[in-house]
Amino acid sequence: MKTFPIGGIHPSDCKEYSKDSAIERFPIPEIVTIPLAQHIGAPAVACVAKGDRVLVGQVIATAGGFVSSPIHSSVSGVVKSVDMTADAQGNLKPSVTIGVEGDEWVESIDRSKEIAKNINLTPQEIVAKISEMGIVGMGGATFPTHVKLSIPAGKKAECLIINAVECEPYLTADYRVMLELGDRLLVGARILAKAIGVDKIYIGVENNKPDAIAHLEKLAGAYLEVEIVPLKMRYPQGGEKQLIAAVTGREVPSGGLPIDVGAVVQNVGTALAVYEAVAKNKPLFERVVTVTGSTLKEPKNLLVRIGTPMSALIEYCGGMEGVGKVIAGGPMMGRAVSNVDAPVTKGTSGVLLMPTEESLRQKEGVCIRCAKCVEACPMGLEPYLLSKLTQNGDFEELERHYIADCIECGCCTFSCPSYLPLLDWVRIGKAEVMKRIRERAAAKK
Amino acid sequence: MENQKLVISPAPHVHGKNDTRRMMGDVLLALLPALVVSVLAYGWQAFVVVAFSVACCVLVEWFIQRFMLRGENTIGNLSAIVTGVLLGFNLPANIPLGLVAIAAVVAIGIGKMTYGGLGKNPFNPALVGRVFMLVAFPVAMTSFPEAVGAVSGATPLAMAKEALKAGAPVSEVLQSVNFADMFLGAKSGSLGEISVVALLLGFGWLLVRRVISWHIPVCVLGTMALFSGIMWAVNPAEYMSPLFHLLSGGAVLGAVFMATDYVTSPMTKKGMVIYAIGIGAITMLIRLWGPYPEGMSFAILIMNALVPLIDKWVRPRRFGVVKTQK
Repeated sequence: MKTFPIGGIHPSDCKEYSKDSAIERFPIPEIVTIPLAQHIGAPAVACVAKGDRVLVGQVIATAGGFVSSPIHSSVSGVVKSVDMTADAQGNLKPSVTIGVEGDEWVESIDRSKEIAKNINLTPQEIVAKISEMGIVGMGGATFPTHVKLSIPAGKKAECLIINAVECEPYLTADYRVMLELGDRLLVGARILAKAIGVDKIYIGVENNKPDAIAHLEKLAGAYLEVEIVPLKMRYPQGGEKQLIAAVTGREVPSGGLPIDVGAVVQNVGTALAVYEAVAKNKPLFERVVTVTGSTLKEPKNLLVRIGTPMSALIEYCGGMEGVGKVIAGGPMMGRAVSNVDAPVTKGTSGVLLMPTEESLRQKEGVCIRCAKCVEACPMGLEPYLLSKLTQNGDFEELERHYIADCIECGCCTFSCPSYLPLLDWVRIGKAEVMKRIRERAAAKK
Repeated sequence: MENQKLVISPAPHVHGKNDTRRMMGDVLLALLPALVVSVLAYGWQAFVVVAFSVACCVLVEWFIQRFMLRGENTIGNLSAIVTGVLLGFNLPANIPLGLVAIAAVVAIGIGKMTYGGLGKNPFNPALVGRVFMLVAFPVAMTSFPEAVGAVSGATPLAMAKEALKAGAPVSEVLQSVNFADMFLGAKSGSLGEISVVALLLGFGWLLVRRVISWHIPVCVLGTMALFSGIMWAVNPAEYMSPLFHLLSGGAVLGAVFMATDYVTSPMTKKGMVIYAIGIGAITMLIRLWGPYPEGMSFAILIMNALVPLIDKWVRPRRFGVVKTQK
């Protein structure tokens, strides 16, 4: 069975908590707080003011540039403020706060249940639609999707890969989408393929989800261009470079982009959002969020309006009892939350609660040169060395050892028997090296 | 919602089962079968030597850490215990306990703590202790008590070396060795090295528990087999067979437990292979043409010295980096 070529780890997948709970529509809250920067790139610019009435799906902020994305209201009601509010980490970010009144949608959205299969738009029209509807990568990176679909001059896309790996432990949102909304997902994938002009679609799924593989295979029967690729379970298979290598056998060159090997990767949630945007005219204002953890009474997969406070989801699933840490996203790459009242955004794939006893790190020991980190690194780097060089401030040497290739997957810290915070150091070193690379590039111009 | 006190830390938020203590514990467990065979062969004195060696190593590490380095107590990571057992395994069962104490002071005091303790020593501490003893107390280190079932107090390697030097043909030497006995442990030698089967059992455990990979042991033994095999094929009347070399002396103990010491071996698989081939080749050079019957300890220490160089020149395969120039 296929998988990526080097490194990787096998964390216990912990998906049993929420994998069997069907996607449930979360009640619309009384107030939503919608941040204007929910994507990588320039923040969107608010185009509503306090007191304005808005409808579900109405634009409330326009894209702040090419690498940016517009923001739509997830509720109907009255704008209470356009101001700075605290995000999940407590940093103040520009947001629009809306008091909810009813649930009135803009008329252009097609709310019928039937599945639109034939899309008669040109590739340019599809990309424009995706941009207009505020679609961003929903696996967590939140890169604006229309940018990823705009193939640079001189490059050619050869295949579309749908990232259905969901290799983060605990998370099951993509899995539920595959099982419950697989038909829409496939149409979304075909729309994406048309946008980039390819006639080959791979859907990479790990073999710990045999029912999803079987279900998608059945649904894809009619589409000859779609191939479901079962992958051997291994973290971080959902890393873009790892997934491309696993599916096609090609390695994205160091410092390069997926398109350099002819691949465009889109996540399951993104493909679903693309279907809704292009076929149903529905902007991205809600998403499936896994709310899970061993302390919760009822872990769930919830369809949530963007801007709903995470605390409301937690309350809904059983509350904060025995919880020591809240994570937005999965346990390997998600970010710890200090403000649980912060809103769900386009990139929130999960809200994970860790019990108090699993929240603190173990005491740090010394490096015994066991080489487990080198063995685990999926990019073939030497985390022990990068960590040491960062502590020594030797940034030239760090760059020579490919620190810029680090994908911050956490395999090194996960594997270290001495509990060294390897990735913490590597992140610091990488940030400094990236800064130097950018400065050099700017100086050349 | 009321914000209760939450832990904030960077990802990853979960940790694997790897743990220094657990891995050291697995090494100790893997050494147990060899200790049992040793007690069967030499009686309780073998156990006393090992236990005393462990006690001395732990005491020396504790003392230096407490009063000289003034650091935290490091006994809990179990590494001093592992060194103690391995040092004991490298001594004859009838060695006076006073000498064991000296060996422990050299192993831990000079071989490990001088460099700052666990993780910082360039040489395998147990082997530093053993080689010091070999040079300082050659007689006590090479007069072995007769093991149960063994034909004499001399090790097969020493016996073969003497006999071949005196001009006896290989066929004559072979009359006094029994490969099955050598495999099971009915032979003379340092107390932990005698039973190949017990050591291989430990190797299996280390592989199952993923404490070590196969690379170093297999490449050390493979190189020794290849090297001795070539000489044996060229001149079977003067050189012992590969099987004899693999079953005798510290070949398996060294390859499985000494050469694989994390701290003093390379960080990449490719590096491990180079390092292991070096150990196998140097061991055979010393065994066949050197002054000592056994060369495993020297070979490992010499390759230990080269580990920083190997790690500098051998890098892991990088993802998306093609070496060949266009």
